[in-house]
Amino acid sequence: MDISTKKRRIALGCEGSANKLGIGVILHTGDPGSASSTSTVLSNVRHTFVSPPGTGFLPKDTAQHHRAFFVRLARRALAEAGVRVADIDCICYTRGPGMGAPLTSVAVAARTLALLWGKELVAVNHCVGHIEMGRAITGADHPVVLYVSGGNTQVIAYAEQRYRIFGETLDIAVGNCLDRFARALQISNDPAPGYNIEQLAKQGGRVLLDLPYAVKGMDCSFSGILTRAEELAAHMKAGGKGPDGEPFTAADLCFSLQETVFAMLVEITERAMAHVGSTQVLIVGGVGCNERLQEMMGAMAADRGGSVYATDERFCIDNGIMIAHAGLLAYETGFRTPIEESTCTQRFRTDEVLVKWRR
Amino acid sequence: MAAPAAAPADAQSQFPPPKVLTYPAAAPPSLITQGAEGRLYKTTHLLPDRPCALKYRPPKPYRHPILDARLTKARLSAEAKVLDRCRREGVPVPAVYAMDPAAGWMMMEWIEGIPVRAAINEWLGARRPPEEGAEPSAEAADDGAPLADLMRRIGIAMGALHRTGVVHGDLTTSNMMLRPRGEGQAVNGCVGGGDDKAKVLEGEVVLIDFGLATQSMSDEDRAVDLYVLERAFASTHPRAERLFATVLESYKDTFKKAPSVLVKLEDVRMRGRKRSMLG
Repeated sequence: MDISTKKRRIALGCEGSANKLGIGVILHTGDPGSASSTSTVLSNVRHTFVSPPGTGFLPKDTAQHHRAFFVRLARRALAEAGVRVADIDCICYTRGPGMGAPLTSVAVAARTLALLWGKELVAVNHCVGHIEMGRAITGADHPVVLYVSGGNTQVIAYAEQRYRIFGETLDIAVGNCLDRFARALQISNDPAPGYNIEQLAKQGGRVLLDLPYAVKGMDCSFSGILTRAEELAAHMKAGGKGPDGEPFTAADLCFSLQETVFAMLVEITERAMAHVGSTQVLIVGGVGCNERLQEMMGAMAADRGGSVYATDERFCIDNGIMIAHAGLLAYETGFRTPIEESTCTQRFRTDEVLVKWRR
Repeated sequence: MAAPAAAPADAQSQFPPPKVLTYPAAAPPSLITQGAEGRLYKTTHLLPDRPCALKYRPPKPYRHPILDARLTKARLSAEAKVLDRCRREGVPVPAVYAMDPAAGWMMMEWIEGIPVRAAINEWLGARRPPEEGAEPSAEAADDGAPLADLMRRIGIAMGALHRTGVVHGDLTTSNMMLRPRGEGQAVNGCVGGGDDKAKVLEGEVVLIDFGLATQSMSDEDRAVDLYVLERAFASTHPRAERLFATVLESYKDTFKKAPSVLVKLEDVRMRGRKRSMLG
């Protein structure tokens, strides 16, 4: 049956580009691309590989984790969605960007499901997955998108069939900066280092410690800030004093780091909004769950007469449902990934994807 | 032609003007635009017929007050310093009339004309649009000798800027004005004479908004400057993306140290854009 005229379309999505393994099942109804089309999340399950405090997740161990949990997670996703294998139209998986070994594990698993069940495969760009899910959940139709996570920091706007990158980090991702700073302070990685920094920062704020502020046009840079924050952490442990001559705490450091890097992110987003003339802003990616970032972005957007759209951890943090959703959007326009081309790659730019499902 | 259209009336009342604009003046100030950096008002300086631009950086509500004060003061002072330097060295930029960094404002020469972005879009808009569903291509811009000439003038302005030891920090086609040439002035190297449509691309390229500018002689900073413009150009005018090479060519002709900057630009591209390693 022709997928573009089918009334109910169901996709299963598999995501594993970093330390989260996610599998989700999505349902699209109505004519694709029309105003009557709807998206329903049937299931969205996830399992996270958490490494001990002071360490990061290594590709080898993460891939091992994904392989170990894939089958039970896929079963749970199907059971929660209440769909039979026969109901599924396509299997979607993350082609990239991400860590090589975990991506490979999940791509192999997705390929196996496709062959086992006789379904077609759809390879999805991870960043586009985030953007499309954010749009679907929040209803933001033409926003400037800030995509912030452990591996990516990009300011994106849609134009002429592509998600175009207006600004991005020139070195490490903002989430990577936060994760590695958490390691310097031995902050727990459970449930996520960024979450624990956010909670700790709420207790800080007596002083604002001086950190570099690195914005270049619509781009920014975080590696220098990380170095300085690590130096300050060492200074603090050695009993050093803050700018007011009093000792400062880990909470003050977390507070100062958040205030500085989030101000940079809001600034480059504001610049992109002014540049494209948009008042909507959508935050996606794991760091997008941070409520302080959402609050700051909201203040900026309100000042410009607009509003901020953000989602919670179910959709911000890597998940399978966004891969299913973006994959199904592409599938509905006729996009397929033949099994012999079902590869994955660590480097896959957001603007490489032809966005045929948008005007 | 008047500069960017004045902001709608509701925007005029939406923001309280900075204190300096509440004093009695011959001409009432009008809010021109709310950029990312702050607001731009049109008012007059000393004489009622001497128009000027007042740039005001209001406190950012989202930013920590200490960080905000530090950034506002540092950026405004740096901007004035850089503009003064460019002015002395003959780079086309607005002149600084007056400023108060702590209060967050600066008065500058009013530049007539339209932003380069608007001019390019108007030019491209007059061309045939790409076919339905087709990949946007540079084909449509191929017959654009006047556009190539504008690119050349942008490259010359960039070369002059970098020669002065200044990097702009936020180069986009919105941050360049096309100032109409006054009567009697030589129309240097401006081709496209007879074509009426090409008139939109005529004029002198004047660089504006030095809010993120710094004084730097390093190849790295200069290369990032070019890279920021290159990407802004590609995302704002995807149909004319290919013409950007012309900017770099004339930059190279204008600026003696350009070759090493362009080598660095390759590095910056590889680093900034996680380019596909395939093939």
